[in-house]
Amino acid sequence: MGATSRRRLAAVALVAATALLASTGCAGDDAAEDGPITLTVDVFGQFGYEELYKEYMASHPDVKIVERGTGGNLDEYSPKLTQWLAAGKGAGDVVAIEEGLLVEYKANPGNFVNLLDHGAAELKGNFLDWKWNGGLTADGKQLIGLGTDVGGMAMCYRKDLFAKAGLPTDRDAVSKLWPTWQDYITVGEKFKAANTGAAFLDAATNTFNTIVLQTAGNTTGYHYYDTGDNLVVDSNPAVKQAWDTTMDIIGSGLSGKYGAWSEEWVSAFKQAKFATIACPAWMTGVIEGNAGAAAKGKWDIAQVPGNGGNWGGSYLAVPKQSKHQAEAIELAKFLTSAKGQIGAFKAKGPLPSSPQALDDPAITGSTNAYFSDAPVGQIFAAGAKNLKPVYMGPKNQAVRTEVENAVRTVELGQRTPDQGWTDAVTNAKKAAAK
Amino acid sequence: MSVQLDARPPVLPAPTTRSHRLSRFDTRYSPYLYITPFFLLFAVFGAYPLAYTFWVSLHDWDLLGTDHAFVGAENYTRLLADADFWHAVVNTLGIFVISTVPQLLAALWLANLLNRQLRARTGWRMAVLIPNVTSTAAVAIVFGVLFGREFGMVNWLLDLIGIDAVGWKSNRFASWVAISAMVDWRWTGYNALIFLAAMQAIPRDLYESAAIDGASRARQFWSITVPLLKPTIIFAVIISTIGGLQLFTEPRLFHSGTNPIRGGPLRESQTVTMYMFENAFAPHYNFGYGSAVAWLLFALIAIVAAVNVLIIRRLGGQTPGGRAAKGDLR
Repeated sequence: MGATSRRRLAAVALVAATALLASTGCAGDDAAEDGPITLTVDVFGQFGYEELYKEYMASHPDVKIVERGTGGNLDEYSPKLTQWLAAGKGAGDVVAIEEGLLVEYKANPGNFVNLLDHGAAELKGNFLDWKWNGGLTADGKQLIGLGTDVGGMAMCYRKDLFAKAGLPTDRDAVSKLWPTWQDYITVGEKFKAANTGAAFLDAATNTFNTIVLQTAGNTTGYHYYDTGDNLVVDSNPAVKQAWDTTMDIIGSGLSGKYGAWSEEWVSAFKQAKFATIACPAWMTGVIEGNAGAAAKGKWDIAQVPGNGGNWGGSYLAVPKQSKHQAEAIELAKFLTSAKGQIGAFKAKGPLPSSPQALDDPAITGSTNAYFSDAPVGQIFAAGAKNLKPVYMGPKNQAVRTEVENAVRTVELGQRTPDQGWTDAVTNAKKAAAK
Repeated sequence: MSVQLDARPPVLPAPTTRSHRLSRFDTRYSPYLYITPFFLLFAVFGAYPLAYTFWVSLHDWDLLGTDHAFVGAENYTRLLADADFWHAVVNTLGIFVISTVPQLLAALWLANLLNRQLRARTGWRMAVLIPNVTSTAAVAIVFGVLFGREFGMVNWLLDLIGIDAVGWKSNRFASWVAISAMVDWRWTGYNALIFLAAMQAIPRDLYESAAIDGASRARQFWSITVPLLKPTIIFAVIISTIGGLQLFTEPRLFHSGTNPIRGGPLRESQTVTMYMFENAFAPHYNFGYGSAVAWLLFALIAIVAAVNVLIIRRLGGQTPGGRAAKGDLR
């Protein structure tokens, strides 16, 4: 047990040491400007940039692009990126930042290049207003990131399981089944009564997150923090309403309790162990990746119960530590342009945040073969321009973790709904104070 | 010491020559020179980070922030009142006890078996080390799948004999057992080899005379092997304590999905190192608080190691060394 564990302690200390070394400016600048420069792009999940890189490299022979992190988990990517930034070394020249993490980075914008200093201001019209504003610091003086995608919402479902349960399988008919979440529960109860051997939904935490973002978007415009950055978990009716609806779903026994993003969750996709999953646009790529080629044509996409909502979406930023800032900014602009966003959507499904791209026939007319040729362009793009975003406060990620964990404990039967709510509120307060 | 004696010239030459001064310098200082590399490396990679971590722990230190306010002992006082921290301490100690005790006993038994006349002895001895050379990450992921709630093999086997599925990841004690199984699978063989090496240093004649006196194999084991192994057992216990209390990879990779650093929805198997990571990195990025956790962990390891040594000393009897043990037999 000895060597590895001692090294572990040393590793933690090393991070601290590296940070110090870097801040005293030991990092030597190598000015080898001869050959083509290499730009590293750090991403997580599926951004769908491969073809765009090829195109960019063809028109910029002096640039070579290397991507890191494709298919990776956001929970592993975020701390890594933060460590790189803290250490002053290691981050890519262009880094993807999920919106939940970006709000935390805004407190220390000095880690990133101010894109407004590099002619980004004229790009404002290329993005949905709220997406553009999301990349700005609170005082509006620094633009940290350019928007990539937004997370317009739908409900993905398995046609074969629906047929087995005697439910309609046509996407329009399915959409009509659940105008509200209560209707969704009713359908779920029917599905459950049919004993298909599968659960109705994957994990209550995913459904909760969908409902809370939707409810908050439609009512208050914020969920865990109000726009003055006060923690309002216990007083925001949107949060409590979403909580109660989720408790009804759990109480009806509809959840398969597969911890979201866990190995079991992935296995459950493969073995068709649940029939529906709340489906932000980027989730379609995840489903395809997890369920695999064997399930092609068995999935389809319907409207989400309730109305609209946005979950997730990312930005591209250029860390100050990049040695090729100008070239990196150029690349980030290209990838987030309407053209870049359309390319990404076609490859892996992240929904564009550019109004021009959303209007483009390439998007509006697009279908997804994996999801039974569902008109994904229509389903997602139609609602995207009217998306009502949800404001996120400084400790959003930590607070969200606590609330979702409370949902999970109720789902697993470790806590009653009331106990779970008490836990959610106290733990969220504790996390916010840390 | 012996080096110095050997190096001293037998006859004193003329005291003024340059070579003499050099050689005196050599004898006096080169031993220090030879051990310097270790201490230099230790200073850079051991002492300095340790001290720096302490310095960080006295500040309100946001990982990305630029100004870090000095807060004195505040991180420590908050930590001592932090229920989640103590929860993690209990988890760590619990996993430590249910992994280390069976592990060392099994290692002792395994070493005893390997010490006998076996066919293909070297092969067996090498085989017990195989779990140790596999990657911890791979082991943890495989065990994580084996102990899955719905698709796991362990629950499937339990089902065959009519036992209900166990929530290995969401039941506190069950998750401790699962993680201990992982640790033991990996480290039992390693400790067995260390015990085996020490066993081979025990003089054969002790066993012979015990056998002549009519001592059974079990009696020989408990009255000769174990007492003479005491220094090695103490060593193994200390190393296991350090490793067990810093347990990270196994419990961290045992959990997958959202925020695995919590070690389960109710922090069922979150160890202290995981709690340190949770605070220093995602999602809190509070480096000062995380550093305070690291230092308290350091103190905890020192205390537990000391307690362990005392217990082992007691268990082995007050008799120091083998001669008395041999005398007990008579």
